Amino acid sequence: MSRLLSTRSLQVTFVGARGRRDAKAVDGVDIDIGEGEILALVGESGCGKTTLARTMLGLERPSAGLVSYGGQPLRYSVRALRAYRRRVQLILQDPTGALNPRQTVYESVAEGLRIHRLVERARKAGQRSSETELVARALGRAGLRPPERFFLSYPHELSGGQRQRVVIAGALALEPEVLVADEPVSSLDASIRGEILALLLRLREELGLSVLVVTHDLGLAWNIADRIAVMYLGRIVEVGSTEEVLGAPQHPYTRALLSVVPEMDQLAPIVLRGETPDPARIPSGCRFHPRCPALLDGTAAAAGISADCVGKALPVLAAEAGHAVACWLHPVEPTVAAGTAEVDQSETATRPAVPFSG
Amino acid sequence: MTTEAGQTAQTVQALSPRRVTWLRRRDAAVRSWKSFARHRIGVAGLVVLVLFALMAVFAPLLANSNGLEVTKATGPVMGAPSSHYWLGTDESGRSVLTLLIWGSRVSLFVGLFATLISVVIGTLIGISSGHFGGRIGGLLFRLTEWFLVIPFLPLALVLASLLGASLVNIAFVIGITSWPGTALLIRSQTLSIEARPYMERARVLGAGNWHQMTRHVLPNVMPMVFANTTLTVAGAILAETTLSFLGLGDPTRVSWGTMLDSAFSNGAMSLGAWWYLIPPGVCVVLVVLSFTVVGQALEEIFNPRLRQR
Amino acid sequence: MTEPLLDIRDLHVTYRTLGGSVPAVRGVSLSIQPGESVGVAGESGCGKSTVASTILRLQPRTAKVEGEVHVLGKDVVRMRWGRLRVLRWAEASMIFQGALHSLNPVQRIGDQIAEPMRLHDATVGKVAAARRVGELLEQVGLSAARARSYPHQLSGGQKQRVMIAMALACNPSLVVADEPTTALDVMVQAQVLDVMTGLVRELGIGLLLISHDLSVLSSTCDRVAVMYAGRVVESANAGRIFDDPQHPYSAALAAAFPRVGDPKSRYSPAGLAGDPPDPQRLPTGCTFHPRCHWAIEDCSRIDPRLEPAGTDRTDRMVACIRAGETVGEAT
Repeated sequence: MSRLLSTRSLQVTFVGARGRRDAKAVDGVDIDIGEGEILALVGESGCGKTTLARTMLGLERPSAGLVSYGGQPLRYSVRALRAYRRRVQLILQDPTGALNPRQTVYESVAEGLRIHRLVERARKAGQRSSETELVARALGRAGLRPPERFFLSYPHELSGGQRQRVVIAGALALEPEVLVADEPVSSLDASIRGEILALLLRLREELGLSVLVVTHDLGLAWNIADRIAVMYLGRIVEVGSTEEVLGAPQHPYTRALLSVVPEMDQLAPIVLRGETPDPARIPSGCRFHPRCPALLDGTAAAAGISADCVGKALPVLAAEAGHAVACWLHPVEPTVAAGTAEVDQSETATRPAVPFSG
Repeated sequence: MTTEAGQTAQTVQALSPRRVTWLRRRDAAVRSWKSFARHRIGVAGLVVLVLFALMAVFAPLLANSNGLEVTKATGPVMGAPSSHYWLGTDESGRSVLTLLIWGSRVSLFVGLFATLISVVIGTLIGISSGHFGGRIGGLLFRLTEWFLVIPFLPLALVLASLLGASLVNIAFVIGITSWPGTALLIRSQTLSIEARPYMERARVLGAGNWHQMTRHVLPNVMPMVFANTTLTVAGAILAETTLSFLGLGDPTRVSWGTMLDSAFSNGAMSLGAWWYLIPPGVCVVLVVLSFTVVGQALEEIFNPRLRQR
Repeated sequence: MTEPLLDIRDLHVTYRTLGGSVPAVRGVSLSIQPGESVGVAGESGCGKSTVASTILRLQPRTAKVEGEVHVLGKDVVRMRWGRLRVLRWAEASMIFQGALHSLNPVQRIGDQIAEPMRLHDATVGKVAAARRVGELLEQVGLSAARARSYPHQLSGGQKQRVMIAMALACNPSLVVADEPTTALDVMVQAQVLDVMTGLVRELGIGLLLISHDLSVLSSTCDRVAVMYAGRVVESANAGRIFDDPQHPYSAALAAAFPRVGDPKSRYSPAGLAGDPPDPQRLPTGCTFHPRCHWAIEDCSRIDPRLEPAGTDRTDRMVACIRAGETVGEAT
């Protein structure tokens, strides 16, 4: 599996307004998304996962480090960004807000086609496909069939699930290679949830799409993701295949997250105390240490590392590592620079074979 | 809900998308009209406005334009209302009714033309200052505030005397001085639309500023612009009256404002010639009030926050 | 047996709209004992929020309410407005979903929590109110010093806890919570649910918890009722309804939230095709049959009644003509 979209030493800092401290929303992230891979980025709100996703979309500019696509660093000129938009598309959390209430479904789906003049371009390339055909195809791929039935509906006439499908169709119309889905089902009913997730899986299988799904829902990750990256306060703290991260979580934070999933009756819930972490005040040492259950219950002290937890900063997890944890309880070989060791990920990631798109 | 949409689509499948979109727009317009029709005061205002508009349009049929010329005036000087002159005559012996009918043309023209200028400038600056953050937006916002705090009359007086007193110039002066209110309103609407997720979606689809402003912001602020327009007309007519009253009107044209001005300067007050003062005054008040209530009714229909009450 | 805190009998709620009357709730019965928490699950539009708002008579005037809703033995449906005001907050209070928007942004949260107390009992002094606010904040896991904060200084979970403190301000016997954790993260959700179950245990209040997330209800409540199209289609012990649902709709809701680690749900998210029915055009027979994998011909004709079913017949009620068969397992 070759990597398609990746970040190296990525940092995004928001300058504090009126004398406040700068907030390091993303503070050193190396991450790879392979072709046809579904990666779940998991964490609490405020951990920087949405900022990371927006930066990978080119909506925020990194203050350090870089985003690269297909091996090329992302450039931020208007023209380069517009070209990038055709390759990487976003699915927002709230489909009701994501559609202009005054536009019909047809107009919403055709918007991207018109912005990029895809119909005219296709004509020049000798293909004869009308805008109507392209819109119908996108709606059909998003599971709205027959598509003509939905052309002239307004968003308020559709159910929540149908609206989310329209948003997905609007993204698919550009024939992107990567979808970034920010909490794609959290505002939808439980019954519709599975349908939308199944759609993402089917798009991966049929079109070879890569998906970065940003979520706080570990059940969702278990449902569809090949790999999981757990984020805490601007850093990835655990990364690996879904089976590894959710089956044998190593980081105390991942364990706590997993234990509070309501369906996990067999685990004693570890409810973390304390306030939501503030990216303007990142703690010293391991950034999780003020809330870490392993430090509180003496596990860390027994291992003789509690001083490290409080005072010694952890290295950034390498994107190429298999299952890796940023925790002094689980020392890993320190990663010097990005891209040093190329580990074949097919060994660690177990997932069905996926047809590539070109 | 969903089934309804499906049925609409099925029954109209034979028609072209463009035609169907048009039909749906018409449906929406009919719905807006129905909710407007429920607003009794608004409808009353609309009726009054239609009557005044008809009066202005058909002025040549209602009153001979010869009645406007001082040289051809036949009536008594400051004559009280009589069977021949229903609303009496002015200091030159012209029929006040004739003046009133022809004056409505000038007052409404200046009001509408000034509003057009004001709304176009206000909407452009409002949307741009709301859409562009940073330096451009800040600059436009400062400009708006600057125009807002300049006292209207002195600026209008200076501009009117600089440009000279013609009908178009008066409208221009009023338009130039009254846009900041519209701009502020549109800016705040734009800011709230900018925060909606569909703007983010449009940016991700690759939309540029122009596309975002014309396809997403403008259609969504349009109803507010529309409602605001009727309120602005009222202000503009009042402003025209004020300027004319202060002697800055077009001396060659009769408007309600110039009528009031000459009534005053010719001592209608001390002569007790109420017929010369009250009719133009009442017309101004009626038209301004009607535009205002229609504007408020429209605002209530288009502004969801007011509708919820 | 003690008198139930809440006893709803055959509740019907119909909204009158321009397009005709919309039946939102079509015959729901429910009861809550002191110290008991009951969950109501279902999709949006199934009538679960209408049931909640009927308890405090919070629905619009266009709603026609039939049936009986007894709160502490008194019928709310036929209560006068003056009496109703006392009932709200003092005897039964409500926690809404939109905690992020229902706090006044320019008032300190301590004053906002004290407000219902002082409205209901004018004799409460400033100092006593402040002390009580401190107690309440500590009860929901915030420090008493938080009373001086403004809403914008709090996170989403903290605001939701302030809403809980507010709901508890007048020592109600019954708390109705409508989707209290929907907008929250798992960890914060766990914290908030922890606080709520703790309060039920310690204070012996009754809790009605409304959610579309059956997994949350099953881990928080004692009993759960699943609603579909204005009716309860299954009610049972909370753990059993999630582990062994008997109604195909409950089964679909239970499957929507997978067990992490369960190989069956890996790469196969379970969903339910189709949309909830239009309340004005309900399907004939069982309202669920158009979306049901287990529907047989009779389902479109017979409207099933809520009857005891399953192996635990004493506390399990199911409205499905195939309830005796092994429907739940086959999914």
